[in-house]
Amino acid sequence: MSYLEETYEVCVVGAGHAGCEAALASARLGLRTILFTINIESIAMMPCNPNIGGSSKGHLVREIDALGGQMGITIDQTFIQSKMLNKSKGPAVHSLRAQADKAEYSKSMRQTLERQENLTIRQAEVTELIIEDQMVKGVKTYSGAVYHAGAVVLCTGTYLKARCLYGDVVNYTGPNGLQAANALSDSLRKNGVELFRFKTGTPARIDKKSIDFTKMEEQFGDERVVPFSFTTDPEQVQINQASCWLTYTNEKTHQIIRDNLDRSPLYSGMIEGTGPRYCPSIEDKVVRFADKDRHQVFIEPEGSATTEMYIGGMSSSLPEDVQYEMYRSVPGLEHAEIIRNAYAIEYDCIDPRQLKSSLEFKGISGLFSGGQFNGSSGYEEAACQGLVAGINGARYVRGQEPMLFDRSESYIGVLIDDLVTKENKEPYRMMTSRAEYRLLLRQDNADLRLSRKGYEIGLISQERYDWVNQKEALIEQEVKRVEHVNIGANEAVQELLKSYNSTPLKTGTSLAELIRRPELSYEDLGDIDPERPKLPYDVVEQVNINIKYDGYIKRQMKQVKQFKRLENKQIPEKFNYDIINSLRTEARQKLNLYQPQSVGQASRIAGVSPADISVLLVYLEQMNRGGMKDDK
Amino acid sequence: MKTDTIAAIATALTNQVNSGIGIIRISGEDALTVIDRIYRSKNNQKKLSQEKSHTVHYGFVYDGELLIDEVMVLIMRGPNTYTREDTVEIDCHGGSLVMQRILDTVIRHGARAAEPGEFTKRAFLNGRIDLSQAESVMDLIQSKNEFALSSSLSQLQGAVCEKIRELRARLLHEVAFIESALDDPEHISIEGYDAALDHAMEELSHELRGILKASEQGSLLKDGIYTVIIGKPNAGKSSLLNRLVGRERAIVTPIAGTTRDTLEEQINLGGITLNLIDTAGIHSTEDFVERIGVEKAIEYVEKADLVLYLVDASVPLDENDRRICQLLASKKTIFLLNKTDLTQVVSARDFASDFGISFDSGQNRLIEISALEGTGVDLLEETIRNLFLIGEISFHDEIYLTNARQKAAMEQAYQSILHVRSSIAAGMPEDFYSIDLMDAYEALGEIIGETVGEDLVNEIFSKFCMGK
Repeated sequence: MSYLEETYEVCVVGAGHAGCEAALASARLGLRTILFTINIESIAMMPCNPNIGGSSKGHLVREIDALGGQMGITIDQTFIQSKMLNKSKGPAVHSLRAQADKAEYSKSMRQTLERQENLTIRQAEVTELIIEDQMVKGVKTYSGAVYHAGAVVLCTGTYLKARCLYGDVVNYTGPNGLQAANALSDSLRKNGVELFRFKTGTPARIDKKSIDFTKMEEQFGDERVVPFSFTTDPEQVQINQASCWLTYTNEKTHQIIRDNLDRSPLYSGMIEGTGPRYCPSIEDKVVRFADKDRHQVFIEPEGSATTEMYIGGMSSSLPEDVQYEMYRSVPGLEHAEIIRNAYAIEYDCIDPRQLKSSLEFKGISGLFSGGQFNGSSGYEEAACQGLVAGINGARYVRGQEPMLFDRSESYIGVLIDDLVTKENKEPYRMMTSRAEYRLLLRQDNADLRLSRKGYEIGLISQERYDWVNQKEALIEQEVKRVEHVNIGANEAVQELLKSYNSTPLKTGTSLAELIRRPELSYEDLGDIDPERPKLPYDVVEQVNINIKYDGYIKRQMKQVKQFKRLENKQIPEKFNYDIINSLRTEARQKLNLYQPQSVGQASRIAGVSPADISVLLVYLEQMNRGGMKDDK
Repeated sequence: MKTDTIAAIATALTNQVNSGIGIIRISGEDALTVIDRIYRSKNNQKKLSQEKSHTVHYGFVYDGELLIDEVMVLIMRGPNTYTREDTVEIDCHGGSLVMQRILDTVIRHGARAAEPGEFTKRAFLNGRIDLSQAESVMDLIQSKNEFALSSSLSQLQGAVCEKIRELRARLLHEVAFIESALDDPEHISIEGYDAALDHAMEELSHELRGILKASEQGSLLKDGIYTVIIGKPNAGKSSLLNRLVGRERAIVTPIAGTTRDTLEEQINLGGITLNLIDTAGIHSTEDFVERIGVEKAIEYVEKADLVLYLVDASVPLDENDRRICQLLASKKTIFLLNKTDLTQVVSARDFASDFGISFDSGQNRLIEISALEGTGVDLLEETIRNLFLIGEISFHDEIYLTNARQKAAMEQAYQSILHVRSSIAAGMPEDFYSIDLMDAYEALGEIIGETVGEDLVNEIFSKFCMGK
């Protein structure tokens, strides 16, 4: 019997970006929730870059928002610069990215948590999981206190057995010198959970006062800022924005790095963890891309009230003295004063193939996990998993079916499916190229794609859901109308076309056909479309995209239809593939090991061939029909 | 489960000469839509999708404006079919090339090549086959797949495989570049990349088309039209042969003669392979029939899919010609009146009046040529091809089953590349190119049994420096 025992419905371990979303989702769904953090000051901390969003990550934030998550709202309140990336490309790859005021973001998120009904925040290190009969019952903290819970959501980020390294210096701490969590890994192992060792890194922070910005290019935010959250009033985000700055490494920088490679723990073999290829340290870049004579360096403010500047592009684990020399070789940084060193960090995480798509452990009921603990990387990737794990933890306690997300409806679905079915050897980062149906999964239509789910879950209000339905109807109506508006080859039309450098008409055509011309858009053609109704901007945007890219969109929708057929074929839990003789041995082993939940998922496991899938389909059909026979 | 529309040659292809009727089976939601696109009735009024179920229709298969074959089409609406889906069966004249062409046409117009065992799989999944047979259905799928895989891989040994890998690598590099720039626009710029990509795609599309053509020829090379050239000495056989062989597009493969009396040569004439039984090798005596004996001559002619009868038009017909004409009575023959560069004393009418040969029935054709000057050789080539395409002549059957899928995949890759080029031409943003580039990459992968997996992500990270 422990000296302190409390009972909650859902227990969330870790208050980073995943933990915050998980705890908020659970509490907002009405479950008594407790959120543990090793340090109350580190809630929603951004230990690496000062950004939210970016290519494909911006999509994730939009999706989190459409499902009733918090990240988008908080960044809209605390950003200091914002840009829509890839604006010259197609709408599917437009991505919002904001510079965050880190301290403000953290503070704002903490306030949101503190004000949330049903939510208790507790500073304590969780050291042990209480598991009976493959079912989670609660957690135990360092002090021995016991917290009973129906579901536990692990969002431990980079803290498990963490150590930070630069040169030959090793700190056995989490990021920013925060205490590591050294006990939970063993408890996980004891319960049969398989762990990986991953690493990542961050660049130095340099004092703004020591930087000569005249030698750098200034980078401004967008003139007109678009908010992340569908609930944010666009007028609220038109603020005075901070600038970022661009400079470059040079041959001297590279020489310094090459001369000191033997002193890097990455190259001396001191680091065992697997690092991400997409976020290479500057020493990695110099070695792997030896032909490049310079690399970009982005100098980004960490907030409005601090002089700390983030040195984007130059993460490193070289020794302190080399860091000084290296940074000071970059134009504008000649007199740089380092406030925090660059370092690499190593930590324990799980092989996410132990999880179901609901983010519940296949082997332990009621245990869920999200974020970097699952082998991902990035604040946004973490937040969306936290949201899903929190939602499904709550649903589990309530005895509801888990809410699942598939590859055809969201980046969140792609991310989770990749994690739980594919071999992952490095911290996983979202990319638009990972989404095979990305033309449909745009950041501009996240609300249309996911609000219904958010509403069903209970995180989207009736009012908001009604508006999305109304918006959908308006879009459909207007697309239909535009397809049927005939445009004659009259003088006004030819004049307008001429002003956009568009070929004049020979005969009449439809308005839709004109919109499909690359140089024209729905908005450009208002003057020759007198019947046009007054519509909100977000409706106009959808009408334009739907008409302009109609052919491609239809193609992808057809592919999705095919995809869904296999995806909807469920495989029973703990299925024994050994009884299907016609499966090849490799397929049988892989399927037994990873226990996919649907035939679609099975088809994405490396080593399972299309013929194996056919065999599996036939077997499942046989089983179903056999079952029907028994009923008679 | 996929319920898109599949197609395959349903009759077992054997090595028998002229296996008779061949059946191409189409099954799935769009089976009737597909047949509507390629079928024309005699008066071109009939739409098969409007016809009653379980009825047979006479007509023609067209690929666009090109006539492929005269056919009988059986249409059956689900569920009273083998697969329980809408099913169409096209009975054609057989001959693997014609069947292959019809299958290609069907695939081009909306069906996809069936996976091994897929009709049976569908029959089972749709409840057509009894539960007790499930085990054998699964075995069949796996064993058919293994067979298809091993036979297709053995056909693909070496150069083709290498070439496809190389093409895929090039495609992947392009996509990776685009994607890295989309993912990290501040580090990697693709401004003005359209032109370079279009150029690369132009090259790639030429190469793909080259392979497509070659694979068509490649399959024909295995077995050609058994063609016998006969004629009296000095009729100009050597000149004709040299003409044919010397043509730019002809590929000549000397192979050992089947008898010591003849030389057999394989000539690829504009995509059609002729196995020429070159009786021009027999020139030591005057009379073809005398020399090799009547039996032998009959045997050759009987064996032939096509006879080229070379006549010296500058000298009158004689008894030898009569004997040869008798031999050819029931044979598809092209009469070649050679030496039209000299004073012509023989014409089509002479054959009719002297030997009762008619050129009206389609059994016999007559072409005037000058092997020496090369006139009329184009017409000969075209005539042979036309005879072949409408199924009047065919050759020894080959197994094309596995090839159908490979070719369909190759065709699909080619179409995707064309799509990339039209997207570029239409001024679409770069991210749209990736979609079709990846489709092409995937299609090429199917040919050599490789899937996409993490290829793209790996390529992005290994070739392009990105990130913070």
